[in-house]
Amino acid sequence: MPAVLEISGLEKTYRSRRRGARKALDGFDMVVESGQVHGFLGPNGSGKTTTLRTLLGLIAPNGGRMMLLGQEVPAALPQVAGRVGAIVESPQFFPNFSAHDTLSLLADAGGVQKQRVTEVLELVGLRDRAAERVRTYSLGMKQRLAVASALLKKPDLLILDEPANGLDPGGIREMRTLMRGLAESGMTVLLSSHILGEVQLICDSVTIISRGRRVAYGAVAEVLAQHAGGGVTVRMESAEDQSVAAEILIAAGARVTPDHDRLIVSNVEKPAWVTRTLAERGYYVSELAPVKVDLESVFLELTQTAPVAGQARQVDDSAVAPAQGGWGL
Amino acid sequence: MSLTKAEVRRLFKRRVTRIFLVITLVGLAIFPIVFALNSKPNSPEARAAAQAQADQAYRQAQVEFERMTAECEAAKARGETGLDDRYGPNCGADYGPRPEYYPAEQFLPYEFNFQEEFAPSLAVLSAILALAAFVIGASFVGAEWSTGGMMNLLLWRPRRLPVLFTKLGVLLGSILGLTAVLGALWTAAFWSIGRYDGDLGKLTAGVWQSLGLTGLRGATMVLLAATVGFCLASIGRHTAMALGVGIGAVVVSEIGLRVAFELLQVRYGDRYVLSTYLIAWFDKSITITDWRACQFAQTACEPPEYVVTWQHASVLLGVVLVLSVFGAAWSMRRRDVA
Repeated sequence: MPAVLEISGLEKTYRSRRRGARKALDGFDMVVESGQVHGFLGPNGSGKTTTLRTLLGLIAPNGGRMMLLGQEVPAALPQVAGRVGAIVESPQFFPNFSAHDTLSLLADAGGVQKQRVTEVLELVGLRDRAAERVRTYSLGMKQRLAVASALLKKPDLLILDEPANGLDPGGIREMRTLMRGLAESGMTVLLSSHILGEVQLICDSVTIISRGRRVAYGAVAEVLAQHAGGGVTVRMESAEDQSVAAEILIAAGARVTPDHDRLIVSNVEKPAWVTRTLAERGYYVSELAPVKVDLESVFLELTQTAPVAGQARQVDDSAVAPAQGGWGL
Repeated sequence: MSLTKAEVRRLFKRRVTRIFLVITLVGLAIFPIVFALNSKPNSPEARAAAQAQADQAYRQAQVEFERMTAECEAAKARGETGLDDRYGPNCGADYGPRPEYYPAEQFLPYEFNFQEEFAPSLAVLSAILALAAFVIGASFVGAEWSTGGMMNLLLWRPRRLPVLFTKLGVLLGSILGLTAVLGALWTAAFWSIGRYDGDLGKLTAGVWQSLGLTGLRGATMVLLAATVGFCLASIGRHTAMALGVGIGAVVVSEIGLRVAFELLQVRYGDRYVLSTYLIAWFDKSITITDWRACQFAQTACEPPEYVVTWQHASVLLGVVLVLSVFGAAWSMRRRDVA
């Protein structure tokens, strides 16, 4: 599938007289292929929003290359802007205009037909509240309006930064269905979110960023598989057997971590090796299952942002990946 | 073109624009209404009545003078002293009332004279419109920045300078249109007062040309105020930036500098004050007199003067305009949109 978004070696340094220089993006790479829902994950302050703002021409990068829909940006942004719908960070609108006025003015500015305003208001569930001023809206309603504004121009690429912020559970599910439907209709969706369960459910591929660098990317299943480590959980008949089994497996070269009434065994080629190794010594497993990882655990592992008891993690305390280069290589 | 249309809609949908337009219209309407209510045409009957009042006043003054003179003479006969201090020399015989002290014009009701009074009224119109234009201009872009509207717009229209200058163009076009319409209504209102409740004066082609040029300078001032308000708010990315600078300039220039120059006895201190140049621009020139150079108690003296012309003013206002527009353009082009 052709890439609709390619970022290579993107760099952005914020400079302040008081605080000096801070690298927000440090050679960041990213590729999003056409027709996918792509998750863009990272801890707070890792550079997600800076990446999106840079991509959309709101921030000038200090280095690197960016391509949107096959054209180099920011130079070609005026040509591709009509095909890219985006919401960046929290939804911001002029509070004294109604939702309808807000979208209608954007439609005028972008040369979009007025009929489309009604369509997107219907799509995001704001039809009956469209005449009310935005200042009366809840965060979730503003979020819906933001999504409506991004959908207004029927984009080929939809960039959504935390679209589920403030949405109620029904709204989150509607948003999920909407995004899947958009992807099925051929639209590419780039979704930045902290709701990792949602990302795992709806995204085809992900990029994980930490301290301005990419730490993982690829299809969701691949990323999960890469970090499952081929591990299995092993349960024995008794606690005594469990401790002996641990010693046997460690002696045979496996990495074993006791976890309550089971052992988590990693560094093994196949689950059958575990049963054979133990059976040869006269010990038989009562339960053997592959270790299941979810995106949240992979995220916490890769970014090293898992909470540690007794420690208050600071926003910049996350993993630093080695520098990479090239178009997603 | 679609952006221009959207920005015109946005400008007139904004509450600040609507509220300030209503306040401005109401404020401006008060002036012709007050003039219309107070101005009375000097008809022959009014002139005759005024003459009668003047004669009556003269007669009353004469009677009073004679009573005072008689009182003084009686006191003199009684041998009282110090009468010169109370009545003047010779019992005030040289200070008696004269008919020319009581002209009929003093007793005529106020009559508006279009030829003489319309030009100063244009200064009032321009000042009020300039104030409204400054606030509307500042709010038009300042609120867009502070509420995220500008960022949304740039996601649709990524060419920053065309977006900024389209907004500025829409603002100036709208303000110019409003100024032209209100200027025409203002002229018609005061012309009607002169025609039906006062005096038009001698309205030669030269008078109309002079009034037209005054109106043109006033309109330029209104557009300058709108541009500076817009650019300051765009540089600061908030309406408050423009309002703060505006208020600060008034306080520093019109109060701070005046007080400081007075204390330091700076010669022609007013030439460093902003309003001097605004007046010079509107009135073509302003003369600043150095009253401190003369000791009037000791000798007759012609105090030296310093003239600020509209050319001087145009240089200063031009510099302000260029700096504002350049600053806004630079800020729009170079700074990140966060």
